[in-house]
Amino acid sequence: MPFIPHTPQELREMLAVVGVRSLDDLFADIPPDMRPKHFNLPKGQSEAAVCAMFEELAAKNRPGMTSFLGAGFYAHHIPKAVDALAGRSEFYTAYTPYQSECSQGTLQAVFEFQTAVSRLLEMDCANASVYDGGTALFEGAMMAVRATRRRALLVDEAVNPVWRAMLATYCAGLQLTIKTIPQENGMSRPAALSAAVNKDCAAVIVQNPNFFGVVADYAGVFAAARENGAFGIISVYPVMQGVLKTPGEMGADVAVAEGQSLGQPLSFGGPWLGLMSCRKEHIRQLPGRIAGRTTDGDGNTGYVLTLQAREQHIRRARATSNICSNQALCALRALIHLSLLGPDGLVRQAEHGMALARFAAERLTALRGVELLNDAPFGNEVALRLPTGAEGLVAGLMDRGCVPGYPVGRHYPGMENVLLLACTEANSRNQIELLAEELGGML
Amino acid sequence: MSNNPAELLYSRTHEWTRLEGEEAVIGITWFAQESLGDITYVELPRAGDRLTAGTEFGSVESVKAASDLISPVNGVVVAVNTAMENAPETLNSAPFGDGWLARVKLADKPEDLMDAAAYEAFCAAEKH
Amino acid sequence: MKTIFAKSVPGRNACQVDSDAPAAAHMLPAGLLRARPPRLPQCSELDVVRHFTRLSQRNYSVDANFYPLGSCTMKYSPKFTEYVASLPGFARLHPLLARLERGEACAQGALQCLYKAERWLCEITGMKAFTLQPMAGANGEFTGVSLMAAYHLAKGRRRAKILIPDSAHGTNPASAALAGFEIISIESRDGMVDPDVLSAVIAEHGDDVAGLMMTCPNTLGLMELHLPRIVAELRGADALLYYDGANMNAIMGKMRVGDAGFDVVHLNLHKTFATPHGGGGPGSGPVGVNARLAPFLPAPRVAVREDGSFYLDDNLPRSIGTMAPFYGSFGVVLKALAYMLRLGGDGLARVAEYAVLNANYLKKRLEDVLDVPFDRLCAHEFVASAPEGLRALDIAKALLERGFHAPTVYFPLIVRECLMAEPTETESRETLDAYVEALREIVTQGKADPRALAEAPRNLPVHRLDETAAARRMVLTEDMG
Repeated sequence: MPFIPHTPQELREMLAVVGVRSLDDLFADIPPDMRPKHFNLPKGQSEAAVCAMFEELAAKNRPGMTSFLGAGFYAHHIPKAVDALAGRSEFYTAYTPYQSECSQGTLQAVFEFQTAVSRLLEMDCANASVYDGGTALFEGAMMAVRATRRRALLVDEAVNPVWRAMLATYCAGLQLTIKTIPQENGMSRPAALSAAVNKDCAAVIVQNPNFFGVVADYAGVFAAARENGAFGIISVYPVMQGVLKTPGEMGADVAVAEGQSLGQPLSFGGPWLGLMSCRKEHIRQLPGRIAGRTTDGDGNTGYVLTLQAREQHIRRARATSNICSNQALCALRALIHLSLLGPDGLVRQAEHGMALARFAAERLTALRGVELLNDAPFGNEVALRLPTGAEGLVAGLMDRGCVPGYPVGRHYPGMENVLLLACTEANSRNQIELLAEELGGML
Repeated sequence: MSNNPAELLYSRTHEWTRLEGEEAVIGITWFAQESLGDITYVELPRAGDRLTAGTEFGSVESVKAASDLISPVNGVVVAVNTAMENAPETLNSAPFGDGWLARVKLADKPEDLMDAAAYEAFCAAEKH
Repeated sequence: MKTIFAKSVPGRNACQVDSDAPAAAHMLPAGLLRARPPRLPQCSELDVVRHFTRLSQRNYSVDANFYPLGSCTMKYSPKFTEYVASLPGFARLHPLLARLERGEACAQGALQCLYKAERWLCEITGMKAFTLQPMAGANGEFTGVSLMAAYHLAKGRRRAKILIPDSAHGTNPASAALAGFEIISIESRDGMVDPDVLSAVIAEHGDDVAGLMMTCPNTLGLMELHLPRIVAELRGADALLYYDGANMNAIMGKMRVGDAGFDVVHLNLHKTFATPHGGGGPGSGPVGVNARLAPFLPAPRVAVREDGSFYLDDNLPRSIGTMAPFYGSFGVVLKALAYMLRLGGDGLARVAEYAVLNANYLKKRLEDVLDVPFDRLCAHEFVASAPEGLRALDIAKALLERGFHAPTVYFPLIVRECLMAEPTETESRETLDAYVEALREIVTQGKADPRALAEAPRNLPVHRLDETAAARRMVLTEDMG
């Protein structure tokens, strides 16, 4: 029996100890009319057969095309040491480190992860992760709602539409109002955001670079938020954060990120992780697990889960969040990834993507009818206005083995001609030359 | 140390009240801090908050528990003991003194509170 | 052990990224750039490898230790499922690819896996439809109660209250509160939901009760014996019945929650379906519903065309919206699907049989060691109290000293000095016997000299840590405190 070690003799003896005649007698408490009407599932298969089936299914996907698809989720090289270390089963077959003495590996890694996130974003502290960038944004908004006791959120329209859709769903039952401040040609409008903050506002939420790749400074927006007693919340792209002005420098109260770019495979949407960090005065509002450093009776340094009285297993209905399982293994991967890259590697990765995006912008805008959506500064992703519908053009190029980017029209009516093109170290100048050639042929 | 000062009034939820003219100072009792164990955090109301007797006005946390603070009086908070934010252990060492929680401008005369003797009897009964 | 930051040496570099790109300052205005580079570790590759290898050695894990953590189903995670999820055809697939015009053609294998997983879970639970979006159990609970809210709203009413037994996991009330519900706690009797109490609460709040969240078998490891009446009570009030699937390992193939009358269920793929727990996650918390809740499921849904091709259906006007950035924890779903296919229907039913056998065997053998409160068959786990005079915490720490992970302690809250053990089906009799002997030795030792246990564990990298100091001082990063 796969994964069940009992021999027939052991089964007999164990049933005798329990005092029942058969395995089925163990389920006597389930009333007959609650038994399954049917349980029609195929028979089990050998490991070899299951592996072969998945190999075949995996082969039906086409991940290998030249791709400039990003829109918040990026293909980066993952050092093989990340897989090797996070693949140690001492890490991945443990669970939440409730018993700290036998979980110092996980707990110290969480503490180091919190340090890495805090330093990357230049915030005071961070938690051990939430599910993804979208839930991080929602949890950040809830921190503000609790702390300010206000019920209005101000959101920049250039925050990733995927996360804005999640925010709307998650807030549906909470009688909150979400006011969206429109973007203009892909550019966020800091002045409009600042002007819209008032004393009813719990938080103002922005993203840097924004969904269209545009880089800006939100220090003024956060100052306006502070003057009105509201939180400034920012979502960032961790790789670009290697070079960009930090949430801490801008004066954000809460900074969050989708951590996928830090050592997580794209894996068709997950599992990834949400990074969450905040200023020290908001620490009691921070949801999820947090590791802290302490000592034992002999003065040895060690780590424990701390501030647990905020959490659901103690505070139940009045916890800061319902989160229990988080993305611990993904957080470990992110930590190892950042440790391998170091400051130099992360900065180079950001610069490489930026340089390629500039090269792509230059080559593609040389084509007839293609122009930059705006003249704002951008990072590794750039929005282009095409002379034709972006959806169709993308589909056409995919037939030739290239995904030129993401058409934003489905999220932003009126922008059907806009293509969002992302570059990482997985791309090359050669790919961009070929893309320009193909695209030129189609326009 | 566990002697309950005679000049205070006590609630069934183990908060004490010291009347000072139109105001009252409130805190938690020795008995309360002892049953909570090592207190790690005190969540206080804010000045200006309106308190209603019998309802929650903050909370205290130990490592493995969180308990509500229940107001013994009706009124508006005029001051809180902000020192508690950085020194929650004061609530363990001096619940009747430096561990006070809030000063309240009373809306009416507190009702349904016990004197020290009655409270001691109440605690003795609760222990069993 | 020093942190990776303390091992950092200025100027050292693992050289992971090669680039001839110009410095950022040549590409962006200075005002948009950070003042100094992030203070991340500067290490060689071997520094990093050695650090994390050593850290891993400071953990207990299912692969190395018996891990009877109740409520968590710490079963063995088969290795071949890791292989399946790491296939480049899955691991490198960008989720937005499937959202492009004709892009579904590039992700047919992935969509087929999602579809297949949903169908398997439907058959296992007796539900009409599943969403794989929820990214963990609690996220599934939140999805489930949001669906319940949507059901009542569609009937033109806002029902504000959710009933939750006092033995429930803390996530239940937390999830319901996060969705805007008020929680009414239902007191247990004989370790079960008391149908009379339920009846009285419904009589009092009937028009305002959205539903009841149940864990069954419950957190005491007991089957609820009054299920038929509970179902009837809720149906009578047009309220919904939620099944917390944390304990699904106890009933797979023996009871289908849909057939039993539940309206909505979340499963924990990392528990029942053997995906690794990852030191705290990632999990996956798919939610299944019966026909009356199906229209409200999150969008998009995976669907199949007549020609057998798969697509993402966004045309769901009554959907509650979107719970995950894309289709949930795809990598975790893959592992769970691989596990289900390997075991098949017969194998999955066998899982429940042997999980319940192991729990009952362990319980029986511990009856003269610990105080076991309920004299009836347990499901896949059971609760026991530390013998008079001993503390559950001390017993837990003494188990660590003997190479066993501790059971869950001090939960459920309604049991004194509680130790809640869930052995799972993958453990052998020798392991269970060794655990019994260790506990017997610990209890004997503790009864003779209670102080003897207070020092445990003595043979791990650290002894008992000062949690009060940790909470008061709050050193949460290398730069604090």
